[in-house]
Amino acid sequence: MKSKRKTVKKMEFNDFMNNKGEWLKGTGSHSNIVMSSRIRLARNLMLKPFPNKARKKELTDILTEIHGAMDSIELFKGSTFLKIGELDNIEKQFLIERHLMSHDHAVNTEGKALVFSKEEGLAVMINEEDHLRIQVMQSGLNLNDTWEVANSIDDELSSKLDFAYSSKWGYLTACPTNTGTAMRGSVMLHLPALVMTKQVNKVLAAVSKLNFASRGFYGEGTQASGNFYQISNQVSLGHSEQEIIQNINGLIRQVIDQEEQARQALLVQNRPMLEDKIFRSFGVLKNAHIISSQETVEMLSMVRLGIDLEIIKDLDRGIINELFIMIQPAHLQKIEGKKLLVADRDIKRAKLIREKLGGEK
Amino acid sequence: MLCDICSKKKATVHLTEIIDEQMSEMHLCEVCAKEKSVQMEQQFGLADLLAGLSDFGKQVKDVDKADLKCSNCGLTYDDFRKLGRLGCSQCYDSFKVHLATLLKKIHGSNRHCGKSPVDFTEVKGDVKNDDLQGLKQQLLEAIGVEDFELAAKLRDKIHEIEKKDGKENGI
Ligand SMILES: [Zn+2]
Ligand SMILES: [Zn+2]
Repeated sequence: MKSKRKTVKKMEFNDFMNNKGEWLKGTGSHSNIVMSSRIRLARNLMLKPFPNKARKKELTDILTEIHGAMDSIELFKGSTFLKIGELDNIEKQFLIERHLMSHDHAVNTEGKALVFSKEEGLAVMINEEDHLRIQVMQSGLNLNDTWEVANSIDDELSSKLDFAYSSKWGYLTACPTNTGTAMRGSVMLHLPALVMTKQVNKVLAAVSKLNFASRGFYGEGTQASGNFYQISNQVSLGHSEQEIIQNINGLIRQVIDQEEQARQALLVQNRPMLEDKIFRSFGVLKNAHIISSQETVEMLSMVRLGIDLEIIKDLDRGIINELFIMIQPAHLQKIEGKKLLVADRDIKRAKLIREKLGGEK
Repeated sequence: MLCDICSKKKATVHLTEIIDEQMSEMHLCEVCAKEKSVQMEQQFGLADLLAGLSDFGKQVKDVDKADLKCSNCGLTYDDFRKLGRLGCSQCYDSFKVHLATLLKKIHGSNRHCGKSPVDFTEVKGDVKNDDLQGLKQQLLEAIGVEDFELAAKLRDKIHEIEKKDGKENGI
């Protein structure tokens, strides 16, 4: 019995390999600068201890209750359900790399599960910091639609589950920084021109003054990398979801404007330098036989900019977006089907990139 | 593989971290990984916020030192101060005096105005009045800080609720 389940799991993992996350398509509003939009809602069950306070048995009961509710909801049909405790380390890392779950969700795995849709636009972490973390992700700047999807899933769940809520303080979460709407709206931005013109810190300082947080592409607690910056609201109480989204959108539009201006300035002032940087990066990616994550991410960022500025033609932005995900350690090891040392990964990474970009064989 | 930090225990947690634009991989044991995530949280600043409340905490402590414990999950307010996490939804009621201040400090407000669960009902009547009271209080505050845009919004909301209440009461 046990071995049979294992095979199913393995197969599913191989399926993901061929799946492309919807949010990586590189389409949608302002997709030249905005990679993706994400809405995350935190929900808890009334009076049940929050995961950090709950005992083993309580955690499994909570998981069973939530899983049961999901089973009867149409939107979750065809979703993948994984118990985190049944996964090995590479598999857990793989899911983190795909932005389907957090680092925190990979430790102390008792009672923890992940549910996600086929297109990976919807992912729900069960028993992370809160009983439920509902995440909806879409390509481009599209927080309004993303919110609509998250909102309807939340409504469906709340008709089956008794959510912790007070009319005064809204949704009650384990951490008071999330109380209220318990909503975090995030937008992932690619800002290479602001970085090259050394203006990005000024922009991010303004963002944090306005009470918004920014962080990197590769997870919480990390510096931004590959010129990607994720901006999200900090405040969740005192404003409605729509107001919060409006505020984020307003801020993001300004950042997009700044990036557009910086791109134009680079083009006007020093087009040859820019073209050189972009084509050299493209050249390295198509020809390298050993390449580190850091170098890859920098070069991919330049190539993405090249596509945005139509300096590189006939290359789909979606392929570059996807590579940002695929070049990470657990992905390389999943593709290879075995553990790889760092040095071997650098070789495997270079090979994968050459294949994807139609470079040197 | 041994843990990168303590080099003693087996590494079971594998992180990719970017420090100063360098992406590095870390292999940690469960214990060190936990400590690492606590560190990250501290950067987040919740600990500072909680620390900033300590004076307030003392004042209240004198009054009801022993009583600050959640009747549902058993978490004490001191536990919360240390962990930065509440134990259950009932904690919000058990620590409501402290939390009202903390929430205001974090969010600049302690009044929810977003969505509610489907079919959400609380003891009817006083909740509505409570909402109305809250809105009126917010209106005063908004006028106080000369945020007239917000004040206008709140005024409209208050009118709307009063009108609805009037209708329901047959006036
Ligand atoms: Zn260790
Ligand atoms: Zn409690």
